[in-house]
Amino acid sequence: MKPTLEDPVNATFSHPMTPSPFRVRKARQETHDMFTLELRPEEGAGRFPFAPGQFNMMYVFGVGEVPLSITGDPGKSDALVHTTRSVGAVTRAVCKLKRGDTVGIRGPFGSHWPMEQAAGKDVLIVAGGAGLAPLRPAIYQILSDRMKYGKVTLLYGTRTPADILYQSELEQWRSRLDMRVEVTVDRAPTTWRGSVGVVPSLISKVSFDPAQAVAMICGPEIMMRFTVRELESHGVATKQMYISVERNMKCAVGFCGHCQFGPQFVCKEGPVFRYDHIAPSLAVRER
Amino acid sequence: MESLKPILAEHPFSKDLEKPYLELLTGCATNVRFEPGQFLFREGEEANQFYLIRHGVVAVEIFAGAAGPITVTTIGEGEVLGWSWLFPPYRWKFDARAVEPTRAIALDGKCLRVKCEADHDLGYEMLKRFAHMVEQRLDATRLQLLNIYEAHT
Repeated sequence: MKPTLEDPVNATFSHPMTPSPFRVRKARQETHDMFTLELRPEEGAGRFPFAPGQFNMMYVFGVGEVPLSITGDPGKSDALVHTTRSVGAVTRAVCKLKRGDTVGIRGPFGSHWPMEQAAGKDVLIVAGGAGLAPLRPAIYQILSDRMKYGKVTLLYGTRTPADILYQSELEQWRSRLDMRVEVTVDRAPTTWRGSVGVVPSLISKVSFDPAQAVAMICGPEIMMRFTVRELESHGVATKQMYISVERNMKCAVGFCGHCQFGPQFVCKEGPVFRYDHIAPSLAVRER
Repeated sequence: MESLKPILAEHPFSKDLEKPYLELLTGCATNVRFEPGQFLFREGEEANQFYLIRHGVVAVEIFAGAAGPITVTTIGEGEVLGWSWLFPPYRWKFDARAVEPTRAIALDGKCLRVKCEADHDLGYEMLKRFAHMVEQRLDATRLQLLNIYEAHT
């Protein structure tokens, strides 16, 4: 049975609190500060099923552990793929990993994008910056079963053309006749032939049925708030919107409370939430 | 020659515009086309028109000294380019350059200004539409200024 959003995938491929050793098979630099790693188990082979939107805890020995979204194809679960940005001590160490290095992995954890709820409906995927990474598995899954969905649109915004993630895949998706892809950047030199502006402004440029569309949104929280407002102004109900929330996950199993966000633990009930379920917590001004 | 009225009526800017005003706008309208690289207007020039983009993309640019020209935003199909025609001193503050082959309806702002002064209902209708557009662009600019994609440690 496929997991639902309310019933997250609980089956981890290792003991939830014990990291399993994985070896880096491929390391690829995506942008100046984003890297993708492909991992295989240190011993033997196996399958690592996950649902789009879920995350793993990656332990870099001697440095620390960090939650990372799984960014690979859920249909090809013989390898683990993670894309991360070099922002803190652990992710800086992750980005320096090379082929053959070993890390510890726990997971997969958390809720996932509403793939079943989106069946038969128009799907709007709205990503900002590094937020495209946790949405990529959802795109793979939709495209592998394309007939199951209505109009599929990806709106992606980032800082500059040099910060565009997964450039070659975006070009492939853009060339498809059954998917619309719009990319915008905040700033661009005059040689850039694409759109300049913020990602919510792309919403009015695409067509979808607001009464039955499902929106999957991931990016900086401000960008998600503006996107939600823009979608609402186009008639999309907040119960049709899903966002992925980032908080300080530590144990990943809802024990330690580091990622508590209002009444929820982001690691367990999240990171993907239906917007109307998480909206009250998002409205609280944290400092 | 085919009237621009049906084309004008289809543009989102004219949505729900009363028929007499639509006819009035048609009287101020010209069909225009720009090739990639062609400037629609340049900073400092007199701003006596605005454009309803039908097809294509126009980059709004500013020349930033040693940094050269920078694209501030792009305006595409269904959008409106230019509001400097509405406010003194009626001069463009940015450059606008076609990025792709672009078709648009150019509206004579000078003519429309006179008509708006003579008919304040029309003036209010125009101001409402432009104020909404300015609000949207201001929101977008604020979001751009926040540099939200910057990595935070």
